[in-house]
Amino acid sequence: MTAMLTVEGMNAWYGPSHILQGVDLEVRRGEIVCLIGRNGAGKTTTLRTIMGLVDRSTGRVVFEGQDLMKRPAHIRNRLGLGYVPEERRIVSGLTVRENLRLGLLASAVKRPERVVIDEVATIFPRLAERLDQTAITMSGGEQQMLAIARATVSQPKLLMLDEPSEGIMPVLVDEMFELFGRMRDGGTTILLVEQNVELALALGDRAYVMDGGGIVHHANSAALLADEATKERYCSV
Amino acid sequence: MEGITLDLLALQIFTGLALGAIYVLMALGMSLLFGMLTVVNFAHGAFYMVGAYVAVALLGLGANFWVCLFFAPILVGLLGMLVERVLIRPLYGRGIDYPLLLTFGLSYVMIEAVRILFGTTGISFDTPDVLVGAADIGIGYFPIYRLFVIGVAAAAVLGLWLFLERTPYGLIIRAGARDPQIVRILGIDVGRVWLVVFGIGTGLAALAGMLAAPLQGASPEMGDSVLAIAFVVTVVGGMGSLLGAVLAGLLVGVVVSLASLFAPEMAQVSIFALMAVVLIIRPQGFFGRAGLMS
Repeated sequence: MTAMLTVEGMNAWYGPSHILQGVDLEVRRGEIVCLIGRNGAGKTTTLRTIMGLVDRSTGRVVFEGQDLMKRPAHIRNRLGLGYVPEERRIVSGLTVRENLRLGLLASAVKRPERVVIDEVATIFPRLAERLDQTAITMSGGEQQMLAIARATVSQPKLLMLDEPSEGIMPVLVDEMFELFGRMRDGGTTILLVEQNVELALALGDRAYVMDGGGIVHHANSAALLADEATKERYCSV
Repeated sequence: MEGITLDLLALQIFTGLALGAIYVLMALGMSLLFGMLTVVNFAHGAFYMVGAYVAVALLGLGANFWVCLFFAPILVGLLGMLVERVLIRPLYGRGIDYPLLLTFGLSYVMIEAVRILFGTTGISFDTPDVLVGAADIGIGYFPIYRLFVIGVAAAAVLGLWLFLERTPYGLIIRAGARDPQIVRILGIDVGRVWLVVFGIGTGLAALAGMLAAPLQGASPEMGDSVLAIAFVVTVVGGMGSLLGAVLAGLLVGVVVSLASLFAPEMAQVSIFALMAVVLIIRPQGFFGRAGLMS
């Protein structure tokens, strides 16, 4: 399998704080890669830097043969990089439909809105019932579904998800992780940051462990799932 | 106070609405710029004034009133876009005071430029023939031109609302006002949106200035007092709220108009008294930060 995303020696700063200190990782086409580690290890900053949302960063980020570092966030999206941020970022005041429309506006593949809505409805029936409701009034789980739907209507090649299970009912979390598996089968590559380590590793193909702003361990998900010592050392709270 | 009949009061309120219509157009633009770009535009009065002078220049070139009404806002909107791209854009992310100071300085440059080009004295501006005179509106005779001003402002507000609510571009503007970052994440170039917003805001100011010209003539300083009132309207309506700008604009117009009937010397002060009262009761204004159109 060829690398879809290659990150080499990536550094990032928030003001004077040097958050990422040389991150190296690779995501290959068709796999789910988990990025795990404690709070403050730099997982979210890694995704944000790959997406181009951090003001000061250095290193190499190559996506599908294109060097991303000099490109603004909206161009990175158009090249096929989808991102669902931790806080979901459902736009207040907009309806569910308008949030989805927003995801579709810059899509490279122009598909009729009706087709896209039908597609979303089959995957997320709950959203289909609430199309004209103000999105921010929905439950946390429904908002997370919307955030995922909004990021995927433009059919990104690589989807980065930040803590999708956070604050969501367990039954919905299981449903969501099944969906991620189906998305992978459908050809979407996923880079997943997740606090729920067991669940993430059970689904993923490979995993990177972060600590102190760098990658400290890299293994197959199954191997790491069985590696209690490493999980205990870097992931227990 | 004898002689003040109900009809006279009603007419005075109508006069206030016409005045308020101008304020609404001004405050809409200011509110849009603040709500989306967090730019407090101190040059808004200067754009208003330039709108009137562009109309003067177009009339001098032989254009008629209707051509001016259409093209003056567009030309000034383009000027506003140029200002955004060249002067304002480098200041985004640097805090609210940078664009504030820049536009403050810019307003002096624009006023001085107009003085050099058109002279320091005011220029009268004829009302087009079809809009001269008064019409019976049931409660008495009312100047047709002022009715026209109310109509144009209403059309502009409706047009802006439809643009924001019913077009993809409007959707991007509404989303960008609340969360520019997620809009970027979804692949949309927010910078281009800001350019368009600046063009719309300054174009609305120009429309207001052009509509005001036949009422009071054009002068290089005509934007100064309107700027102060537009600030009041924006604050009373709630920074960033378009609905607030419309309601507060009309309210301020009516308050000024009634004050000048009962106590002319209090007309100017009444606006600021109104603002003080609103701010004490509701510091965020009528619809402050509740959102652009909600």
